[in-house]
Amino acid sequence: MTSGCPVPGRRCISWADGCRQWSAWLREASRGSLGALAATHPSDGATRRESLRAGVRAGVPFALAGVLVSLSFGVLAREAGFPVVAAIVMSAIVFAGSAQFAAVAILASGGTAGAAVAAAALMNSRFLPMGVALAPSLPGGPLARALQGQTVVDASWAMAARRDGTFDRWLLFGATAPQYLTWLAGTAIGAFAGDALGDPRDLGLDAIYPAFFLALLLTELRDGRARAVAAAGAALALALVPVAPAGVPVLAASLAAFWGLRGRA
Amino acid sequence: MSTATVWLVIAGCAVVTFAIKAAGPVALGGRRLPDRFTGVVALLAPALLAALVVTSALADGEDLHVGADTAGVAVAGVALWRGASVLAGVALAAGVTAGLRALS
Repeated sequence: MTSGCPVPGRRCISWADGCRQWSAWLREASRGSLGALAATHPSDGATRRESLRAGVRAGVPFALAGVLVSLSFGVLAREAGFPVVAAIVMSAIVFAGSAQFAAVAILASGGTAGAAVAAAALMNSRFLPMGVALAPSLPGGPLARALQGQTVVDASWAMAARRDGTFDRWLLFGATAPQYLTWLAGTAIGAFAGDALGDPRDLGLDAIYPAFFLALLLTELRDGRARAVAAAGAALALALVPVAPAGVPVLAASLAAFWGLRGRA
Repeated sequence: MSTATVWLVIAGCAVVTFAIKAAGPVALGGRRLPDRFTGVVALLAPALLAALVVTSALADGEDLHVGADTAGVAVAGVALWRGASVLAGVALAAGVTAGLRALS
């Protein structure tokens, strides 16, 4: 028996060692994550709910407009030869308007599956810089971060951006939730009722999508610099349309944002 | 176009979309962007959105052309600028576009 341990066969640590371990743990806890949790948790929970609610409120107008956009997608997908279920499943698991429109348009004009997926990828490439911008504002491990990244859609991302370059992630989640629901509902309506609605072009449904983005853009034009960058991005994209595949012009427009480096370095 | 092709495209789009949206958050981890880039980040939205507006309103494949939809979007833009709601804006865009097409 060593060190007078009362329990036979166990190795005991001495009282002094125990005290040292305890105090080290307490120091760690008060300084580290435990202390931080205790200090910020109550108010953190309240602001989280507040942000979530504010997000839902901010997302609803876009969700309502999104019904019309996704309705037009449902109609177009059916016209291109998609079964009703396929159109709805695509909206449920892709949930990216411009990519869905691009893929369906390419299939409808006789393109291959590979070309359709490549066009969707290029359309979505704008989510790369958006994801990079959002990344520092997300907590958690790789899987949690990847899943949180899925909530990025244009309107929510733009609204969750704070002026200091960080993001309110709960506002992002809240704003995306109603848009996801109406995106599904609109697609279903369009896919089921498409035949009854007639030619989507006669209804002007193709003007809905750009008008939707225009509404978003107008909320972003706060100052002269933002207006100049928007004009430069638009010009760059238009210049590339005749020479680059669909999606590339929009991705290239993100280069205009590097204007933001001026006067800061 | 076969139904199998449709499902293949849907699966492909779902995978690339997931990967693209996950890429930034996963690759960057929780690291902060250098301060000089936060200015760039703040300007990404106007640049990308402006490009989306002009390409979706003016581009038809690789051609640029002004059509009824361009006029509809322009009218909606004026209304939105003067304070119309998003829903009113998109409804106006569709209405004006449909009206112009019915006339022509």
